[in-house]
Amino acid sequence: MFARHLAFAAFLPLALATPAPAEPVSHHVLDNGMEVVIIEDRRAPVVVNMVWYRAGAADEPPGQSGIAHFLEHLMFKGTETMAPGELSAVVEANGGRDNAFVSWDYTGFFQRVAADRLELMIEMEADRMVNLSFTEAEWLPERDVILEERGQVLESRVGAQFNEAMLAALYKEHPYGVPILGWRHDMEQLTGEMAMEFYRAHYGPNNAIAVIAGDVDTDEALALAEAHYGPLPPNPHIVQVPRPSEPPHLAARRLVFEDARVGTPYVSRMYLAPVRQSGDQSEAAALQMLAALLGGSSTTSVLERRLNFEEGIALSAWAGYNGLARDYGVFNIGMAPVDGVSLEEGEAALDRVIAAFLEEGVDRAQFERVRRQLRASEIYALDDTQRRARQFGIALSVGLKIDDVTGWIDALEAVTPEDVIAAGQMLLDKRASVTGFLTTPETEQAAELSQ
Amino acid sequence: MKRLVALFLLFAFPLRAEVDITPVTAPSGLEAWLVEENSIPFISLELIFAGGANIEPDEQAGAVSLMTSLLSEGAGDMDAQTFAARTEELAARLSFDSGRDTVSVSARFLTEDAEAVIDHLRLALTEPRFDEDAIARVRNQKLASLRRDALNPNMIASRAFARTAFEGHPYARESDGTLETVAALDRDALLAAHQGSIARDRVFIGAAGDVDAETLGALIDRLFEGIPETGAPLPDPVEFEASAGFEVVPFDGPQSVVAFGHSGISRDDPDFLAAFVLNEAFGGGRFGTRLMQNLRVERGLTYGIGTFLSAGLLGNSFQGRVSTDNQNVENVIELLREEWAQMSDEGITEAERERIVTYLTGAYPLRFDGNSSIASIMASMQYQEFGIDYVNHRNDMIRALTLDELNAVAERLFDPEGLVFVVVGQPVGLN
Repeated sequence: MFARHLAFAAFLPLALATPAPAEPVSHHVLDNGMEVVIIEDRRAPVVVNMVWYRAGAADEPPGQSGIAHFLEHLMFKGTETMAPGELSAVVEANGGRDNAFVSWDYTGFFQRVAADRLELMIEMEADRMVNLSFTEAEWLPERDVILEERGQVLESRVGAQFNEAMLAALYKEHPYGVPILGWRHDMEQLTGEMAMEFYRAHYGPNNAIAVIAGDVDTDEALALAEAHYGPLPPNPHIVQVPRPSEPPHLAARRLVFEDARVGTPYVSRMYLAPVRQSGDQSEAAALQMLAALLGGSSTTSVLERRLNFEEGIALSAWAGYNGLARDYGVFNIGMAPVDGVSLEEGEAALDRVIAAFLEEGVDRAQFERVRRQLRASEIYALDDTQRRARQFGIALSVGLKIDDVTGWIDALEAVTPEDVIAAGQMLLDKRASVTGFLTTPETEQAAELSQ
Repeated sequence: MKRLVALFLLFAFPLRAEVDITPVTAPSGLEAWLVEENSIPFISLELIFAGGANIEPDEQAGAVSLMTSLLSEGAGDMDAQTFAARTEELAARLSFDSGRDTVSVSARFLTEDAEAVIDHLRLALTEPRFDEDAIARVRNQKLASLRRDALNPNMIASRAFARTAFEGHPYARESDGTLETVAALDRDALLAAHQGSIARDRVFIGAAGDVDAETLGALIDRLFEGIPETGAPLPDPVEFEASAGFEVVPFDGPQSVVAFGHSGISRDDPDFLAAFVLNEAFGGGRFGTRLMQNLRVERGLTYGIGTFLSAGLLGNSFQGRVSTDNQNVENVIELLREEWAQMSDEGITEAERERIVTYLTGAYPLRFDGNSSIASIMASMQYQEFGIDYVNHRNDMIRALTLDELNAVAERLFDPEGLVFVVVGQPVGLN
């Protein structure tokens, strides 16, 4: 995801934990189709107000990559009755903070304010849901801002560029292979009119989810949502256009990304994986447990223990799974070798350790520790209401239901060691994967040394 | 024409932070601040040990950092694997961190396991093993991280700025050390760093969650059993000494990172609060600051620009960072000089004062929104020498600052002639 500004950019990885239903969570649908999720947490006089749209970078027209993100920035440029920047200024004048973020499947906006300012926030979100308005004097410099953003958070970070190249190689046809920020050459051609077209095609109450979390009474918060979002007419242009799907993957892909700015070379592999399915999350849950066992701890997980602690050939090793997406998930593994061990050797070691794990089965003691932490994570998760709100927002945006979110820990607890090993077989089939080496250009380095 | 910011003053209600802090004195005399909150059955505990990398000799730079990373890599009769497995069995979340001025420990654990977790954590603090294989492994990770930092323009800029600002003082060093010093660190250096850092005379303790004062006092004494009274002496304070001008560090990339600034203001200076308010209005890292408006929103020159008051244990500076395309650097530096001069000459306007005061006083209570954040604030308030009633007076003090007072401090704080710029990149037109 990319945030409108950097302070809140650290949203990325969703850990194993997902919130539990211990605090009241309710879900409502307004007459115009807008969904409203309310989470009560009365400990502090704070509320988080969010609006999520089921539209993101994967919905962009060809050649307009980055338009969803550009629009997200332009959503702060005013409406027919609010001046550019006024929304943020009002939030700030009320002691609050606001930001926005965009991913392939969704675009979200939020404010965090004192609970008694909730209505004002809802009023402003309702306004920009249907009344967005800006001029060229506003969008033109903002296009420079998003280009600077790409320069700062992507092109100046070689690991991010590598990741971009990996995803572009993983997807043959589905738009998850196109970067959220957009390709630079597309971004340079974006216009305010293109953003407005995207807005007209995707924004409206019938494609939106409100999440209100914090020191609120559910009935009162719902009444506010009904009062301000309720009267908005549904947007007739909104249709779920099916996205292209992946053809069969018949050939494993490999890439080498060389850059002089690489400080620690590493090998990374991404596999196309299933997503969490509403009503049946068992397959995704098994993959999540597999990721926890292989890479969930920097000391005791299988890859770290074997490659770093026992064999001493890795600086670190990791595994992860993201099943929170509408169409495809990703399972990834990787390792950074110590000096003197090549990336080829590192890759072979990864494959060897995974094959041995699938052959030998799950260590019961480790499995129990992971389960014990799962249960505790339900309790710890209650401490961070904003994070819970975000998780409900993401889940509903990608097609899951409230029950899928509240039932996620149960789904994880239902996974058996045998399920993990069965799910892990996908790691042996590399046809739906891409393996990448991030490394320094050898020839250049050699040339420098000889000078 | 659209109307602008008519809503501002309507919502400027005073808000109070609803935080009830209990001062706790453990039987041994150690003190802590507690915010008790029983609705979720877990406890957050935060320890800050003052000192940090400042206590290590030049030739052992990075010792405190490596030592801190090794606290969770084996203790008592447990090696690293056993220690981590035990932490997982207890479902505790322990983290150990260090910096220029501090070593800090954050712990989150279920109420039902409190004593077992405290015993476990005590082992890490009092009997870390520093096994040779663990030292070698973690040292390799640190060296890899230093090699990455050496290729990261933000890190290069920050280090170059610190070097020029505090030459000859520990503040000029990198807390993680250098490739040479870290490679040379041995077990004795780590033991010395441990002995010098983890002591009762320099700890500040915050707690929040499902625990009462008496229980907390007992837990603290249980945790500190065996921790020595005194640690290593701290070096003398240092003045900001860089001379104005700019330095270019060539770095190949699409953008330049610019670190800029000059001397700052001490946290115990009577003008500190005013300086804090001024910085928040000028460049404090939010969207609505002057710098963000003038450089990003109006001109599209950057994705982000921010300034900060770095008020350290031993020295102060007032700094900022910006990333921009190489061809914009000259322009950005020129604009920064103008912004600085304007703050020095004219300060902020009454409208800006009202806006920032409303924002700061409204935002303050929102910080206290969970056990983990509250425990951390409790420890850091003590470390920063705030009184226990500060929470309840802080907003009044901010509201009491007049425009004249603020702008007198602006004239003192902003020194356009003293600005130091460190540019990391391939800036066009600067050489």
